[in-house]
Amino acid sequence: MSSELTRRTAAELAELIASGQVSAVEVTQAHLDRIAAVDGQVKAFLHVDAETALAQARAVDERRAAGERLGPLAGVPVAHKDVFTTADMPTTAGSKILEGWRPPYDATVTARLREAGLVIIGKTNLDEFAMGSSTENSAFGPSHNPWDLSRVPGGSSGGSSAAVAAYEAPLATGTDTGGSIRQPAAVTGIVGAKPTYGGSSRYGLIAFASSLDTPGPFGRTVLDAALLHEAFSGHDPLDSTSIDRPVPPVVEAARRADVAGLRVGVVKELGGEGYQPGVQARFNEAVELLESLGAKVAEVSCPHFTYALPAYYLIAPSECSSNLARFDAMRYGLRVGDDGVRSAEEVMALTRAQGFGAEVKRRIMLGTYALSSGYYDAYYGKAQQVRTLIIRDFEAAFEQVDVLVSPTTPTTAFPIGDRVDDPMAMYLADLATIPSNLAGNAAISVPCGLADEDGLPVGLQVMAPPLADDRVYRVAAAVEKALQDRWGGPLLAKAPELVEVDR
Amino acid sequence: MSAALMPYEEALAKYEPVLGVETHIELGTASKMFCGCPTTFGAPPNTQVCPVCLGLPGSLPVANKAAIEGIIKIGLALNCTIVEWCRFARKNYFYPDMPKNFQISQYDEPLCVDGHLDVEVDGETYRIGIERVHMEEDTGKSLHVGGATGRIHGADYSLVDYNRAGIPLVEIVTKPITGTGDKAPLVARAYATELRELVRALGVSDVRMEEGSMRCDINVSLAPRGSAEWGTRTETKNVNSLRSVERAVRHEIERQAAVLESGGTVVQETRHFHEDTGTTTSGRSKEEAQDYRYFPEPDLVPIAPSREWVEELRASLPELPAARRRRVQAEWGLTDLELRDVVNAGALDLIEDTVKAGCAPAPARKWWMNELSRRAAEQGVELSDLPITPRQVARIQALIDEGSLNDKLARQVFEGVLAGEGDPDQVVAARGLKIVSDEGELSAIVDQVIADNAEVAEKVRSGKVAAAGALVGAVMKATRGQADAARARELILEKLGAS
Ligand SMILES: [Zn+2]
Repeated sequence: MSSELTRRTAAELAELIASGQVSAVEVTQAHLDRIAAVDGQVKAFLHVDAETALAQARAVDERRAAGERLGPLAGVPVAHKDVFTTADMPTTAGSKILEGWRPPYDATVTARLREAGLVIIGKTNLDEFAMGSSTENSAFGPSHNPWDLSRVPGGSSGGSSAAVAAYEAPLATGTDTGGSIRQPAAVTGIVGAKPTYGGSSRYGLIAFASSLDTPGPFGRTVLDAALLHEAFSGHDPLDSTSIDRPVPPVVEAARRADVAGLRVGVVKELGGEGYQPGVQARFNEAVELLESLGAKVAEVSCPHFTYALPAYYLIAPSECSSNLARFDAMRYGLRVGDDGVRSAEEVMALTRAQGFGAEVKRRIMLGTYALSSGYYDAYYGKAQQVRTLIIRDFEAAFEQVDVLVSPTTPTTAFPIGDRVDDPMAMYLADLATIPSNLAGNAAISVPCGLADEDGLPVGLQVMAPPLADDRVYRVAAAVEKALQDRWGGPLLAKAPELVEVDR
Repeated sequence: MSAALMPYEEALAKYEPVLGVETHIELGTASKMFCGCPTTFGAPPNTQVCPVCLGLPGSLPVANKAAIEGIIKIGLALNCTIVEWCRFARKNYFYPDMPKNFQISQYDEPLCVDGHLDVEVDGETYRIGIERVHMEEDTGKSLHVGGATGRIHGADYSLVDYNRAGIPLVEIVTKPITGTGDKAPLVARAYATELRELVRALGVSDVRMEEGSMRCDINVSLAPRGSAEWGTRTETKNVNSLRSVERAVRHEIERQAAVLESGGTVVQETRHFHEDTGTTTSGRSKEEAQDYRYFPEPDLVPIAPSREWVEELRASLPELPAARRRRVQAEWGLTDLELRDVVNAGALDLIEDTVKAGCAPAPARKWWMNELSRRAAEQGVELSDLPITPRQVARIQALIDEGSLNDKLARQVFEGVLAGEGDPDQVVAARGLKIVSDEGELSAIVDQVIADNAEVAEKVRSGKVAAAGALVGAVMKATRGQADAARARELILEKLGAS
């Protein structure tokens, strides 16, 4: 029963709990057991607190017993990216500089998970401050891809994608700044969505790049992702950039799952050269599938997408160089070299030198340079102009079509260690996902098969205009349904079984 | 070591000063600029803080609408244009009292631009151009313990109080002020004074320089007379009183003139003003100047005040100081000089409130400008800090008007009120201060005085009426000043057959 529970979707678990067939405590315990059995290999979690998780589950069971009406995901476990503050658990952002810090407050996303009765089962690994595409930049070591433990689970939300793909949790939260939800979802064969910027609150999300960071959901199905999306999204007065509009009807769209008459644009610039043949092949088939389901497919050109990556690597580091300035050893976290003799400035410098990893330092340096007087116009200013052009590309495209599609990533999961010495190769993993961050629109990644070369998952990216999040869920759900019919079950069923160890 | 100075008159004969004033004013909003923390002055350290103003990881700012309203009011009162769209910017630099190591401010897109403020010095009006008015958050407050300078360098350790971090600040920057000649220090002071009055009238800040809710940075440069080119400017910080504004300008003129005269060059730098000596010392020079790496604050949406809102605020502005001065001058019938004295004494509000409490303008002004100003000066406090209210002053005058006090007795009542003995009526009762108007009682006292001073009485009888003054004095003494002196005189003359 217990191992069977971890195979269930979040929607199924919620129903089982709601109908009283299982308790939230049983469901939570089953996932805690699974974590104990496989996380030694997967290393998805930085922090698991069985006591706290079970207490949350018990509270849900008690509220239900008392006849309280609970949310649609009440009692379902969720793995929470360790970049959201949690008042009852440490929050590290994957960095040594915050090791041991216990935030005095909950992020809005955290608070909404709690209000919805979701059981936060643990905090998941990430690239330090969400900077990376593999979790290899985590100060606490990489997470592993359940499809092939020698490969990365993507990043930065790689702990979350690995946890969901390894059945350690049916749901997980992530943040997507340049693809940090969609890319890990794609390479682990699960669903991950980046809501419209401002559609989900950033309050309590430790900032990497404020104008790009977007909290979003992971699930093994499109419906699960939609349910989680709905649970924590929506306007937050604590986040000025949050949009004061109702959450788009994503759950309804995920259930509707049809694309008849929908106009689908294939982005010319996102594909072909630089894309792994097996990835391109699965993508092409997905497009054919959409056509067979009644969508009208056309090729659309977004000429400025070519400049998205360089623009992103000026804007994101610029914002990060400022956002990360607060980690200075003065108020919280790591403090190095405070011997009563060294000056505050020396202690700040020593702490930052030892507390930050190489990639974080690289981006702080890049951003500091790009914002410097005399360089601002040529770098940050120019990048903002490119950003405007990319937004216009999207606007022009969405006049012709309802959604845009592309492969989520140029390649499947790469081996751990392969790209650590080649930042440019690492950055290319986000080639297709970055434009949506720069424009702030909605996007999703849904599994569309396995690449022939390596038998690893490939993701289909669907993009829609800001606040049209429901459209990406609708298309993704249609693709999911058709492919599962073809495969006779979810793609993840093809993943090798992990060896469960007794702990 | 103090810098060489050139005598002021000589400096002004050779050089023309150009001034600039940057003023920071803490707004008196109930909550901080970007969070809900209270802004009460003087709370125990680090008790008015939250994740936002402590800059904790993950926290985000939300702009305080009341603060934006306050700055727009200031902009409107300074005749500025309120822009239709602008953004906050981050000013990046590391300092322990800055929780985020950047300050949310405004850079090239200020909310209010291009205004002016007229100030008067010695009957002459100077129009001070206002370059910009923008908003930002205050930093925390550092206390450097140990070390000689009270600065972070050399301190044994430093403490930081973040109560002040995030309090809304308005920065008001003038355009270069030229053509003031030897009046430069007075013009600078008059500008700071007028600005303070203006902001106080708007009710958006208590503008107390001694508590730091108004702080001035003074830019001074000198140009040789007849030269079109301005010299290198210095920026003097830590100027914390109106008097210091004047002194800082004067000192910089004398110092820079001496530097130029000796063939040296003025260094573009930040200087610190020292209240005790009235001098400035070198701070950071331009070469060490920080690159603040300003960029638009991505955590906040642009501010786009609707024209309707701006007009609503414009219509809601109270009577501004200049208009008010014109009105009271007419209503109270003051000369320009008298008005200036009232304003300089900080007595305008007090006199007006006394008038509002029913007192005629002339006695109201008399009491505040003479009796009370003298007492304030003796105690070294501001007039408004005296423990007496306009209502109490009006009551004392009412007692005079109804004949139960004379001026001399009134002074004793003032003394009693100031000594905390209660309201005027309580002081009158407790001290037994009342004019002796009982005719029989007074008549008996006069008889006694005449008997006691037979020699003087004789002189009066023989026609030396002027000698009666001594007898009146004796009556007043005998009644401890409580007699009606005029009536006593009448009685004396009557009884001595000299009337
Ligand atoms: Zn606060």
